[in-house]
Order: sequence, then C-alpha cells, then structure tokens
Amino acid sequence: MSSAILAIELAYWQQTVLRALLGLVAVLLPAGTLVYLFLFKMMSFMQSRLGPMETGPYGSLQLLAEVGKFLQKEDLIPAAADRVVFKLAPFVVLISTFLLVLVIPAGPDLWFIDIDTGIFLALAVSSISVIGILMAGWASASKYSLIGGLRAAGQLVAYELPLVLAVMGVVIQAGTLNVQGIVMAQASGEIFGWGGIGNPFILTQFVGFAIFLIAVQAELTQPPFDMPVAESELVTGYLTEYSGLRFLMFFIGEFATAGIFSALAATMFLGGWYVPGLDPTDNLFNVIGPLVLIGKMVLVAFLIFWFRFTYPRFREDQLQQLAWKFLIPLSLVNIVATGVLKVVF
Amino acid sequence: MPAMPKLPGMLVGLGVTFRTMVRTLVKGSHTVQYPRVKEAPVPRARGVIALHEENCTSCMLCARECPDWCIYIEGHKYKAPPRRPGGKPRQKNALDRFDIDFALCMYCGICVEVCPFEALFWTPEYEYSEPRIADLLHDKSLLGKWMETVPDFEDYESGSEAKKAQVPR
Repeated sequence: MSSAILAIELAYWQQTVLRALLGLVAVLLPAGTLVYLFLFKMMSFMQSRLGPMETGPYGSLQLLAEVGKFLQKEDLIPAAADRVVFKLAPFVVLISTFLLVLVIPAGPDLWFIDIDTGIFLALAVSSISVIGILMAGWASASKYSLIGGLRAAGQLVAYELPLVLAVMGVVIQAGTLNVQGIVMAQASGEIFGWGGIGNPFILTQFVGFAIFLIAVQAELTQPPFDMPVAESELVTGYLTEYSGLRFLMFFIGEFATAGIFSALAATMFLGGWYVPGLDPTDNLFNVIGPLVLIGKMVLVAFLIFWFRFTYPRFREDQLQQLAWKFLIPLSLVNIVATGVLKVVF
Repeated sequence: MPAMPKLPGMLVGLGVTFRTMVRTLVKGSHTVQYPRVKEAPVPRARGVIALHEENCTSCMLCARECPDWCIYIEGHKYKAPPRRPGGKPRQKNALDRFDIDFALCMYCGICVEVCPFEALFWTPEYEYSEPRIADLLHDKSLLGKWMETVPDFEDYESGSEAKKAQVPR
C-alpha cells in the first residue's frame, strides 16, 4: 500500500516499519476518537452535563491527561498471582485488536493484507481476546477476577456465534470472503435492478446488521452486556487486580476493538470506503477512502455507544438466553432466507 | 420463549437519551462549570452556622444538644450595674469562647433550633473549605462574620409574620 501512495519502491524493512506505524495509528486513532467523542462527550450530553471542559478547548486534551494519569500509577501485581500469565494477558487482548485491523481496507489500494478469507480471519482473531480475558481472570488470584473472567468467556463464546452467523448473510450475498470483494460487491451491486447507490448490505441484510451490532456490543462486554465487569457484584471483574499501564492496555483494547468492529460493520454493511455515485476503482478513493471509512465507523460506533449509555445491564441468564434462544436461531433463519433469495433472484 | 426485553419500551429509552443529548447541545446542560459559574443556593440551604453574639447568654443548650459535640462554649459570670439606682447589681453571663468545629459538624441544625434566644442562624454560604482541618474550627469572631450572609427570612406559611417579628437579627 505504501508503494501505491508514494510511488517509490521501499525496502522490505521500510515497508514493515511503515505498516507497523500505520497499524498503530489505525488502532489508536479510532480508540482515541471514540473515547473522546462518545465516552467523554456524548455520554455527558446524554446525562445533561458537559463532560471534561478544562483540559484544552472543550476538554480535547483530557485523553492525554488520562493516559498520563494511568502511567503514573503504581504497577501492582497481587502476591498470589501467576506473574507471567498476569503480565501477558493485556498483550494477548491487545494483539487480537491489532490483528483485527489488518483486514479492513480503506481504499481500492489501501490495505494491510488482502487475502481471500479476510472476514474469516477477522472473526477468528477477534476471539483471541477471550483467551486474554480468561488469562487475566485466572492469573489474578482473586475470586472476583475469576468469576468475571469465566462470565466473559461464557458470554464471548455465546455471542461469537451470532456474530459469525450474521456475517454469513453478507458473505452469501457478496459471494466472497474477501473484505475488499465485499466492498466491491456493495459498490457495484444493484437493488432489484437499480444500482443508483450500489447495494449497501444494510438495506438487504438489516437483520444481519442488527444481530451483528448486538453481538459486537456483547463481544466488547459493554453495557447492557457488561455482566463480566458488573461493578455492583464483581468490582470490575477480570480487570479488578490490574492497575496503571496494564489497565490502560485493557482499556485501549476495549475501545480500539469497538472502533475496529464498527469499521468492520461499516465495511460489511455500509459500503466501507465507497461513496455512492463514483467509480470504485477511482484513485480518488485512495485519498478520501480512509476519511469516508472513519466517518462511517463513527456512525456505527454512535449506535453502539448510544445503546451502551441507554440500557441497564442484562442479568447473566437473560444474557445467555438472548444469545442462544433468540439471536442464533434468528441469524440461522437470516442465512436460510438470504440463501433462498440469492438463488431465486 | 425467554423473557425478551419489550421493544417499544427500549425504543422509548433510546429516545430519552437522544432527546437529552440534543437538548444539552442546543440549550446547555443542567450542570454549571463550578469555579467559573456559581449557582445561588436556596435561601434555606444549610451552608454554615452564624452566631449573633449579643443574643447569646452562654446557656450551653446548643452545646449540650449537639449530637457530635462540636460546639465549645466558655463563659464567666459578672456583675452588671443595677438597672435602677439603689438596686442590686445584676448577674450576667459573658461569652468568652464560642467555637463550632465544622470538621465534626453534621449540619443537623439542632443547635439553631434549640437556641432560645435566636443567637444561631443558618446561612447558605458554603465556600469555607480549608487546607488544614484545624482551620475548620470557627471561633466566635468568624461565626459572627457569617451573620452578614444570613438571608432574610421567607415566610414558612400563612401567619408566620408574627413569628418573624419576634426574630431579632
């Protein structure tokens, strides 16, 4: 991708460094944007207050202040903790976030990796975070952490299924697992013979979109699905024993994953970097593609955080019932319906 | 079928948060940026207790009724000159010390209520925090200064004008 932008041949190590830096930007930028825009500001507005206002104009530097605060804090490890696993856990969670960003294309020539099973890879690496959370819960040597970790594992496994099955509908319709291919299918698609705005799959796969959003919400262990970190009973679940930089890594991981899942949803359901009415192979999209993608990502993230700030927490059994008895059957029906309609039309 | 969340209710909830967000963006928030903007407390807010020293007879009722014993009173008796020539000199109480420790005070207001001579008043002033906890012990001169901030009484109910007339400031 770097060669496409700069039109100069770079050595392998130069490309690698460039990709690593861009990956870092692609993970941290959405995380910072979402935390400031939604966690600091939108949440405050929804509660009729202003949020941070003192650090920088409209509190825009609050994020740096928070990071500085976390860096100052003492790095505590419980005496009974399994030190190696305890230290490793935040990295495992963060790794899954960094791997997720790889598959999302930001333009016709802008991608980290372009493989035929892109969406499959994304869904596969997204479940690595379960291992990290289980590690955190087990290694903390605290009953709250353990219960939180197990709840998180149960929840993440349960909602992994509707997540994957919701994507299946898109894959069937696009006819490819390649994420770039899915964008192209939406750009060149037609709705009943009318191709004016392409075919953003949110129109034909609205059920899939809704299921995907709910499942993403649960994958992020955000309210209303935050039973694993239910503060009234588990302190903060698997995060209880973490402090300072390690807690910050979990925190960044959560919001970066929220951003990347939003970007993934935007790519699969809203047409990704494509704007209707333009030629999808236009070189213009290599410039405005990332901006369009970020705009759509913020739109999807707005929905996710809107639900987050509105609804109270599900009880553990309600949460599992919603996944197993409602979302999974519904997504199976969605797949069948999509398949039938795909053959018919 | 499991107990599913009811859909219309959930949408109403989304509407509430969205409306609140729009209202905050358009009309401003319910909160104020405190050190820059200050809200006027209600007239009967229990901010700090003021002492009207001339009314105090050092009868100690407030100190005795105080649930956490945060009022310290010391006084002495002295002979005042007689009212009429040839009379006996009158015995009066002089107030030497009247301290309220606001680090201990729980703002119950029993002292204000129990005072038979209307020497104690509530004022809505609240900005008197101190870096040292010992400085929260307000002596009688400081308590007397709070008298300036005592608001005029509002009528409790009809017929309270008579009561108000009895209250000397």
